[in-house]
Amino acid sequence: MFEGKQVVALGERDGIAGPAIVKCIESAGGDVVFSSTECFV
Amino acid sequence: MTDPVISATSAVLAHVPGLARHGSKPGRELPRDPELEQRFLGALRTFEQAVAYPPHQAYLGVTHPRELPERPWVSAAGDGAERFAGAGELMPEEEFLGLMAAVDEFDLIALDAAHAEAAGVALARHPLAERFDLERLAEAGVDAEEAAAESGALPLYLGADRLVGAMRGAHEADEALAARVLLENLATKASAALALGRLLEDHQIDPQSIDYVLGAGEEAIGDRYQRGGGNLAKAVAAVAGLTEASGADVKNFCAAPIPALVMAGSLVASGVFERVAVVAGGSVPKLGMKFEGHLKNDLPVLEDVLGGAAMLVEAAGDGRSPRIRLDSVARHRVAAGSSNQRIIEALVVEPLERLGVGMLGVDDYATELHNPEITEPQGSGDVPKRNYKTIAALAVRNGEIAREDIDEFVRRRGMPGFAPTQGHIASALCYLPHAHARLTSGEARRVQLIAKGSLFLGRMSELSDGMSVLLEQSD
Repeated sequence: MFEGKQVVALGERDGIAGPAIVKCIESAGGDVVFSSTECFV
Repeated sequence: MTDPVISATSAVLAHVPGLARHGSKPGRELPRDPELEQRFLGALRTFEQAVAYPPHQAYLGVTHPRELPERPWVSAAGDGAERFAGAGELMPEEEFLGLMAAVDEFDLIALDAAHAEAAGVALARHPLAERFDLERLAEAGVDAEEAAAESGALPLYLGADRLVGAMRGAHEADEALAARVLLENLATKASAALALGRLLEDHQIDPQSIDYVLGAGEEAIGDRYQRGGGNLAKAVAAVAGLTEASGADVKNFCAAPIPALVMAGSLVASGVFERVAVVAGGSVPKLGMKFEGHLKNDLPVLEDVLGGAAMLVEAAGDGRSPRIRLDSVARHRVAAGSSNQRIIEALVVEPLERLGVGMLGVDDYATELHNPEITEPQGSGDVPKRNYKTIAALAVRNGEIAREDIDEFVRRRGMPGFAPTQGHIASALCYLPHAHARLTSGEARRVQLIAKGSLFLGRMSELSDGMSVLLEQSD
């Protein structure tokens, strides 16, 4: 569902981490151009 | 090996609406948008509102977080809420600026004569008056406008618009000694000293009996040659009259207080020191951090308090103080991975399995306890609830509870977030007064403290970190 799409993945320490989002996006055919895990507190 | 215990705790807040504009976020956003600045200043809370705010009373230890009223808390009447309560107090800004001057050994803070006198009079009536050098306040009187106009100075306001002085830089070429940085450091020092003073006063602890102080606040003091050099802990020990103590700072982003507690317990258990205090002051940069979400939702600026906390760790002996189970310490290993599930597995599940306690053997889990009324308007969600759901899900996976019991597990062993978003304060440290009270009275048998720190923010590693430890009722 992400084929041909470029994705920016912003993860969260207390939720879904960036690398986990990257795995999901890549397995769905997306191209992750930037990923990060941030802290929102 | 000696069994270490936590024999006393304290918790303080300083209501500092005037300093809120110097938080990192408002400090960047307000100067470039005068209209936004006016809305910000118009949304600051009064001292009475800050005292009445139920999460503040929970932080002081008066109300257990599970007994907080239904939200919204911001409109709570606060019947019976008091400034001096529970394990500490909520200090008004006028006095806190005076306290900053009283612990300032380098003429960094300049207060106008009228404010210095008013703060001096108020602090002279404070229960800790004799513990602070109020004569420094009498010497602080200057002209506020002249002080604020000095090169590199940062104006200081009482509330929205009363200019009362300025913070000076200490070296024109050293960014680590700029006025903004020194304001952060001095506010941390003052709030930590207030917490330590309350600990000594309320528990009649001889200051000279404390051997060592571990600082777990967020600021890293230093100069341009060593920005995080430290050692604020010893500076706090000195102003609190701990003449026989030395100290050091423990740095680990928001997680620092729990590693500091474990180190304190280890120093006592090994016999290196008999009495170790852990102290943490408040964080100016985090004031007003999520103000934009608050203004959008017609809320007051809710991040207007600095938090402080202190605890005393010593050898078991009184038969009632909660034990620090050093054999329960769990760390977030480099190889553990960075997903929240992996972190919770490492910090919560692994030590309980190792000890054969089981997840139902813990009465209270204290994790990231950020107040959701502060975080939700800015889109950060309910942080404690997310962590509790993960803990409960792992209890299901382990076969300790059924899937339909998740909500009950969270309600009974978790709690609503109640801490101001002062990272290290919210990261389990805020629960210490409650943990101490419940474990001492027998209402709880075990409390697990779980702290997390975002190392990746420093851009030297993509890792986060964390540590947990069990506190247990005395035998």
